[in-house]
Amino acid sequence: MTKLNINGVDHDVDAPGDMPLLWAIRDLVGLTGTKFGCGQALCGACTVHLDGEPVRACQTFVDDAKGAKITTIEGLSGRVTEAVRSAWTALDVPQCGYCQSGQVMAAVALLTENPKPTDADIDESMAGNLCRCATYHRIRAGIHEAARRLGA
Amino acid sequence: MDAPTRRQFILGAAAAAGGLAIGFSARAAAPAAGADTKAPSPFQAYLTIAPDGTVTVLSSQFDMGQGSYHGVATLVVEELGADWSQVRVQGASSNTKLYGNIAWGGTAQGTGGSTSMATSFERYRRAGAAARQMLAVAAAEAWNVPAGEITVAKGRITHASGKSAGFGDMAAAAAKQPVPENVTLKSPDQWTEIGSDNNRRHDTAAKTDGTHPYTIDVKLPGMLTAVMIHPPKFGAVVKSFDAAKAKAMPGVVDVVAVPRGIAVVADHMWAALKGRDAVTVTWDQSKAETRGTDQLMDEFSKLAAGKPKAMAAERGDAAKAMAGAAKVVEAEYRFPYLAHAAMEPLNAVARMNADGTLEVWSGHQIPDLYQFMISKTAGIEPAKVRLHVMKTGGGFGRRGTPDAEVIVEAVSVAKAIGFKAPVKVQWTRENDMRGGRYRPAYVHRMKAGLDSAGNIVAWEHHIVGQSIVDGTPFQGMIQNGIDPTSVEGASNLPYAVPNLSVGLTTVRTGVPVLWWRSVGSTHTAYATETFLDEVAKQAGKDPLAIRLELLKDHPRHVGVLKLAAEKAGWGHKLAAGRTMGLAVHESFSSYSAHVVEISIADGVPRVHRVVAAVDCGTAINPDVVRAQAEGCIGMGFGAILAEQVTLTGGAVDQGNYDSYTPLRIDAMPAVEVHIVPSTEPPTGVGEPALPPIGPAVGNAVFAATGKMHRVLPMVKS
Repeated sequence: MTKLNINGVDHDVDAPGDMPLLWAIRDLVGLTGTKFGCGQALCGACTVHLDGEPVRACQTFVDDAKGAKITTIEGLSGRVTEAVRSAWTALDVPQCGYCQSGQVMAAVALLTENPKPTDADIDESMAGNLCRCATYHRIRAGIHEAARRLGA
Repeated sequence: MDAPTRRQFILGAAAAAGGLAIGFSARAAAPAAGADTKAPSPFQAYLTIAPDGTVTVLSSQFDMGQGSYHGVATLVVEELGADWSQVRVQGASSNTKLYGNIAWGGTAQGTGGSTSMATSFERYRRAGAAARQMLAVAAAEAWNVPAGEITVAKGRITHASGKSAGFGDMAAAAAKQPVPENVTLKSPDQWTEIGSDNNRRHDTAAKTDGTHPYTIDVKLPGMLTAVMIHPPKFGAVVKSFDAAKAKAMPGVVDVVAVPRGIAVVADHMWAALKGRDAVTVTWDQSKAETRGTDQLMDEFSKLAAGKPKAMAAERGDAAKAMAGAAKVVEAEYRFPYLAHAAMEPLNAVARMNADGTLEVWSGHQIPDLYQFMISKTAGIEPAKVRLHVMKTGGGFGRRGTPDAEVIVEAVSVAKAIGFKAPVKVQWTRENDMRGGRYRPAYVHRMKAGLDSAGNIVAWEHHIVGQSIVDGTPFQGMIQNGIDPTSVEGASNLPYAVPNLSVGLTTVRTGVPVLWWRSVGSTHTAYATETFLDEVAKQAGKDPLAIRLELLKDHPRHVGVLKLAAEKAGWGHKLAAGRTMGLAVHESFSSYSAHVVEISIADGVPRVHRVVAAVDCGTAINPDVVRAQAEGCIGMGFGAILAEQVTLTGGAVDQGNYDSYTPLRIDAMPAVEVHIVPSTEPPTGVGEPALPPIGPAVGNAVFAATGKMHRVLPMVKS
């Protein structure tokens, strides 16, 4: 048994050390908001926060996550999160929505570091998160809108 | 996909091989034989009202992200008088009479060809209006007042006497009322929901907090997860396999052969993936496709230089006019195979219940067909199949497979383990990328003749590539050797060219192909619109001017073209290093024109701005129209920029997003979308804004460099 701290709760999971955190979160703990897209850290759909830093859960392993505070989309909270979610909803950013857990995780991490990002900042920090519906135009607008709401 | 007529569809079903065809055609024919013209009760067919007042709209149209649920809900709410917040939408299936796609002649339920609003516009408004009338009559009876004095609005049923009720209070009584034979729909000037941006999508919140359920998230008691080993080349089959090692691994439950490969069945995904690595398979490759794409494209090219096998359009005498032309322009275009590469890799869940019903969760884009395929695979009656229509993580055509593919796989795996547990088949990204069903590769050969004044007197166009519908239940769409999905956008060239010939040579290869967002227009728009710019240059004409000159009889093309050009400032002086390009195209009866502004860095176009104009008739949800145009632009630009599936010796080279490279945010242009005001009936928006973006960028690059990209993608990774 390995102890994983996810969203502030300790979970004892029967997982080998080389199991990707993604599958431990989804299949063993049962939190399905974190999505599987590529398995190779290429698309960002499985983005979670490890001690506040965005990482790809498909290429982060159970052994790497031991002792860390893991935050998934279900456990994301606070002012920045609320600003991002309300901006996303106001602008209807998602289309299919499958990548959006990862987009929101990445956007919250960006705005936490940089409360007033430029388009270039957004492009740089969000380029790892693929959206096949190409909602990028609204993701940019959503991040600016969230920044505006945070500044207000 | 194109809209087959009813007759074509049934003929097609009968012509396709195997029991599927016969069963499907019989099923499709059933509604006509029934000849029941009585309106169905809206409460049995299109919506339910719970005691708490929640209205659940039952959508015939599948939502893969394009917002069809939002559109269908808007139509119901407009007429029902519900409050937006009390409404939910759920996928419906298994009743062709109620849910058959009217744009396809009602012969089958399905989503495609950007038809969701066209098929729903009357049906769902009428359902809403009938339900409102039945609620009003029920309240009138309860309150002993005339029904005509009842108001139903914003989710409340009220009377001037002060009496008031929620929908839930009257739902049971309303459902017992006779279904009105005639309902009066609101006139457009009375609309408060259609054409407004008041209502936000119901699913956005759940898509930002991780609670929106996709097929991958379905979890059933005792459910097992299976991953697939597919043949390394299309057409190869399993000769033998050794699963002894895999079966001994923790969490692996079974390893079974199914018609499309080997399935490793386990307690969870990681165990299945580990088990898969331990299975060795020997393949019989005697019937496999072993050609690479270089070879295929060269073969297509040779054919393109020859005479077409079938003619899709002929006007005047193109050959004679060409021979007499003062100047001839010629070009060959090459279009690669494209993957849909939707974010949610394909999946389906199957569960056999004790009562003999079989439930299947998946992206049921063509539910009637899938129900039949499931019943055939499981060996049960179609009536015992229960479909759960899941919204999917993208689709772009990939969930509309004529052989039901991953769905059949899930049922096959569940059957192979004796239906002892529910099974989820979950493809990996590599399964998905290498699983075929690509936008077909094509070679186009184009030739235009100009007279001495620079007028186009002849236009010859020859397309070579695979048919999407050949060998499927949609085969009946092929008429006189022409698969319309191969030539749409070219055979109906809108330009007033006096002598025209558009021909097709259909080839067969072992590479499975499928409709990919905007289908034929993905390549025909690029070929025709960039070729026109090449011709315009030879004729010394401005790209906008030549189009307006040749589009005199096509006011809706002109409308979008002028709107986009005006909003973009076509012809204005640009900053150094910037050029503009434009293109216009009609697909699925919607019209779109884009003007792009680009610069070029290291030989790669950077698109700074796209000004889009869309004419989709009545815009039911303007913000969805804008969202779909933005998405089409990003996806279409990404495709011509850097997407291609290549094969070497028959094996697909790309496996994941490192080698197959859709657009990312750092290449996404700023987009502004302008909607042409219209009172025409609604047409679609899921696809039509895609075709013009590629050629608009191609034309802007041509303006910058004098070189047209005729072999796509522009950048080879």
